[in-house]
Amino acid sequence: MSGGEGTIVQFDNVGLRYGTEREVLSDVSFTLYPGSFYFLTGASGAGKTSLLRLLYLAQRPSRGVIRMFGTDVITVPRQALPAFRRRIGVVFQDFRLVPHLSAFDNVALPLRVSGVPESEIRKPVADMLDWVGLEQRHDARPATLSGGEQQRVAIARAVIARPEILVADEPTGNVDPDLALKLLRLFEALNRLGTTVVVATHDVHLLKKVPDSLIMRLDRGRLSDPTGALRYPPRREVAGS
Amino acid sequence: MNAAPSPIRRNIPRFAGSDRPGIMPQSRLAGPMPWVIGIMMALTVIAAGAGLALRNLAENARAEIAGGLTVQILEGGPAERARQAEVAVAVLSNREDVAEVRRVPDTEVEALLEPWLGEQDVPEEDAIAVPALIDVRLAGPVTPRRLDELRAALAAPAPSARVDAQAGWLAPVFDAIRSLQWLALGLVGLLAATTAAAVWLAARSALGSNRETVEIIHLLGGTDGQIARIFQRSIGLDAALGGFAGLALGLATILLLGRQFARLGSGMVAGGSFGAFDWAVLAAMPLLGIVLAMLTARLTVLSALRRML
Repeated sequence: MSGGEGTIVQFDNVGLRYGTEREVLSDVSFTLYPGSFYFLTGASGAGKTSLLRLLYLAQRPSRGVIRMFGTDVITVPRQALPAFRRRIGVVFQDFRLVPHLSAFDNVALPLRVSGVPESEIRKPVADMLDWVGLEQRHDARPATLSGGEQQRVAIARAVIARPEILVADEPTGNVDPDLALKLLRLFEALNRLGTTVVVATHDVHLLKKVPDSLIMRLDRGRLSDPTGALRYPPRREVAGS
Repeated sequence: MNAAPSPIRRNIPRFAGSDRPGIMPQSRLAGPMPWVIGIMMALTVIAAGAGLALRNLAENARAEIAGGLTVQILEGGPAERARQAEVAVAVLSNREDVAEVRRVPDTEVEALLEPWLGEQDVPEEDAIAVPALIDVRLAGPVTPRRLDELRAALAAPAPSARVDAQAGWLAPVFDAIRSLQWLALGLVGLLAATTAAAVWLAARSALGSNRETVEIIHLLGGTDGQIARIFQRSIGLDAALGGFAGLALGLATILLLGRQFARLGSGMVAGGSFGAFDWAVLAAMPLLGIVLAMLTARLTVLSALRRML
């Protein structure tokens, strides 16, 4: 895979193993295009979370090349990684909210980390919490929130800084179907604003809810391309031309 | 939830090093750090105070005896002893390099020796021969050359005269004081090292117990420096709390000891009293402690974070 013009993420023959175990990801190659919407599917243990960890720079691969925003992120010094991470929003499967911070402060965290003045934080964070239906729970600690509420806080935190890439690991796993649909609509809205969205899910019904989405399927650490998402140019562009 | 996510802002400023307090849970006085730092600081202030007092004592004593000489007339016969003492005083008084000459009165010498020899309530020829003493102050410091010149000048007119620099008498005392000063300095160094070790342990422990939060901040784009600042600020507050409490305790101890020593009424001990500089040094101890604690915390956290991605 060469080039990189017009791409936001490129994986080239990426492999990942933990310790001396067998590879959990093997020869993974794909390209993500700006403004696209991707579903990453696969059975439990297929390597979805591992792939996402590589995408949100929580892990370096054992081999291969990963380019993000035009830069080889494998070889950049670790001091340079925060600048890349601030361009990526992440919804973790286990939410990973900071337990002693309120819902408001959890959502405000990416803005504070990015150095946004306090006077410019209050309103967007409050609006975002209202928007995900947590208008009454601004001051609630994660432990007092239900699973669905925690998930909504996690999603609000992931999107508050309007990332260029949004990576979501099973973001609708703990919410009812109505809320799952609303959250998908939020991701779509973000996608329309230019954010590249990658949603890992094993819920096949969800895939049909976003008609313009592309699907990547992981099977025992290897990527398959059922919709031509990984082709160059991707299927959608061929279809549109 | 019908509209597009309007609260999502464009053009968010790039990272500017924000480190909001409260991102990590704080345990303040509930934790051991302020107490440990407080105790260390109290001990450091006492050790530093002792070192400064010893330095002042030595400097004052040294200045006092810098140009001092003692001439002893070691003559058995009282009449000859008196004659040689008078001649020596006359010779010394005529020298330009001698600033002051004082024949120590016999009564004063006897009073000095009374604790050892008892009252000499006997005729002069039966009394234990005690040297006649002449206290001499030179213009300028005593050097071996000047000492030799004076010995030569007195050799003929007062052959029983023995000339000694006062500093020579007190050399062992100064050596002991210097050793004690080094001991105090060593104690301050050891206490500083112990404080740094305690902070290192506390920072490692805090980092371990907040690992999950640290990882989240990392993944949200937080920098090592930003995370380190959170810890160093927390430790800095602990160090400030403990440091100033320790300073108060240390100063109270020093004042108490100072009063007790003052009651001794010894001129040498009085020379160890503090000046403005000494108080300023002691007052700066907590600030140095805070800097040390924050620096240790920062380096500890940064070195631990370097092992994370």
